Amino acid sequence: MVNIIEVKNLTRKFNGLTAVDDISFEVKKGEIFGFLGPNGAGKSTTINMLSTIIAPTNGNALVNGFSIIGDKDEVRKSIGLVFQDPSLDDRLTADENLCFHARLYGVPKDEYNKRIEEVLKLVELWDRKDDIVKTFSGGMKRRLEIARGLIHYPAVLFLDEPTLGLDPQTRVHIWDYIMKLKREREMTIFMTTHYMNEAEYCDRIGIIDNGKIVALDTPANLKKMVGGDIISLTSQDKQTLKKELEEKYGKEVKEEDDILKIEVVEGEKFMPRLFNELQTKIDSISLKKPALDDVFLFLTGRKIREEEASSKDFMRNFMRMRGR
Amino acid sequence: MHFFKSIFAIWQREIIRYWRDKTRIVSSFFQPIMFLLIFGAGLSTTLTAGNFGVDFIKFMYPGIIAMNVMGIAFFSTVSTVWDREFGFLKEILVAPVSRTSIALGKAFGATTIASLQALILLVIAPFIGVGLHILVVVKLFLFMLLLSFAISGIGLLISSLMKTTETFGLVMQVLVFPMFFLSGAFFPLTNVPLWMTIISRANPLTYGVDAMRQIILNGQISQQVINKLVLYPITINGIFLIGFSIIMILAAVLAFNKRS
Repeated sequence: MVNIIEVKNLTRKFNGLTAVDDISFEVKKGEIFGFLGPNGAGKSTTINMLSTIIAPTNGNALVNGFSIIGDKDEVRKSIGLVFQDPSLDDRLTADENLCFHARLYGVPKDEYNKRIEEVLKLVELWDRKDDIVKTFSGGMKRRLEIARGLIHYPAVLFLDEPTLGLDPQTRVHIWDYIMKLKREREMTIFMTTHYMNEAEYCDRIGIIDNGKIVALDTPANLKKMVGGDIISLTSQDKQTLKKELEEKYGKEVKEEDDILKIEVVEGEKFMPRLFNELQTKIDSISLKKPALDDVFLFLTGRKIREEEASSKDFMRNFMRMRGR
Repeated sequence: MHFFKSIFAIWQREIIRYWRDKTRIVSSFFQPIMFLLIFGAGLSTTLTAGNFGVDFIKFMYPGIIAMNVMGIAFFSTVSTVWDREFGFLKEILVAPVSRTSIALGKAFGATTIASLQALILLVIAPFIGVGLHILVVVKLFLFMLLLSFAISGIGLLISSLMKTTETFGLVMQVLVFPMFFLSGAFFPLTNVPLWMTIISRANPLTYGVDAMRQIILNGQISQQVINKLVLYPITINGIFLIGFSIIMILAAVLAFNKRS
């Protein structure tokens, strides 16, 4: 597969503080590539460098074959951007916002009206085309921003925390559009997030912490790093059950209070076997598959700090309400 | 070609935003009229003693137009600071367009808005006894354009150096009043202390007021009185404003490039 982004030894320092520390990776054409990490890990700084907003202190990257240092204008034409913070003109209509964008990107006049219809229909805002953006909800604004990022037919779409500050229902909606883009247009999408459940949608994930990529693989492979699925069982006859599990499956059985735990591969297939084969009567059974939280914990020794994120979200929402 | 198209796109956005804000259009019309009425009525009786051979309201009218141009041109360039604060500037800055076309689009936008708004002020001319010939209107409009372009240049330069709307507002306050009072809008600058002469000659508003006053009062009062009030011939005023605008826009483009 062709690489659409190639990053080599990219570094960015701010007054001696290293925000992005010598990272290298590739993004393949047509995949959803996710950057996962806590706030301040260097996700946005990386996106800002790849989209030529800031220059790298060291290293280089090729986007669609163009250097982010030497060919800024070509890189800019190759990418669509949805920023972390809102960037629409809320006194203009949806149509005017898109029109403005199309003209700045040199889309020919006879072409852009067609494209505006196409992208607005994609995000289901076509019927709101002539409404002032101020009247839009947060989710609608975000959808409009995604539509705007597509007008000039970019090779890569960058989404910086696309669902930040949106309610869960809207978040699911936004993801529907993103998946549709991948399916119907084979669009390459580079996104950042600190929501673990959202990272699961990605084809490959780079986990970034303190400016360094600590792991890069498919979500499934990353989760294999932390071990298998955990099946928890309880029974009136705990000791018999423990013995049976050990003898029949050769598994190590851990005891936590009244609960017995075993680690297996593909727990959803293992559970029916237990139902059929166990002689001892069981009272309850449950399965826990490892999540990306566990991967992050495993790799960095700490959890992604959600509390910190939520206070930032709060400020963002507050600013949004105040401003536009 | 793309250079001019992006200037046009940025200019058009400024115009649409202005047109949507009807409150702004109306209030920018009434503020100068209030100035004219209050100061005109209040000062004309006091000033009859000084007597410079012209009705004070007529004397002040060109100054009020120039003040209006200045206020609106400054206010319009705040849009750059707002854009930065609300994130829209980022959208413009990552587009494949030159910084120069962004600055020019913004400056042309402010120029258009300020000139059109000042043009509206001409409807009060008959009410204060100023007759307007079509040629006078054309000449006036030309100077409205020149003056607003010069002021937009200053505004753009300052807004590309400022981070928030608050600091921009503060700097504007500090600038606007001295510029207004030392422009010759209120009193003729032909007989003032040296320090005032020096400051007023660096003030673009002085040249705007001077030119507009000659254009408006020409033929309305005796040439002798006009000669006592004016500083430079109209062409000199025009040349100064053009030169001043070019320097300011260049500086603004430089500052803009450096910031981003």
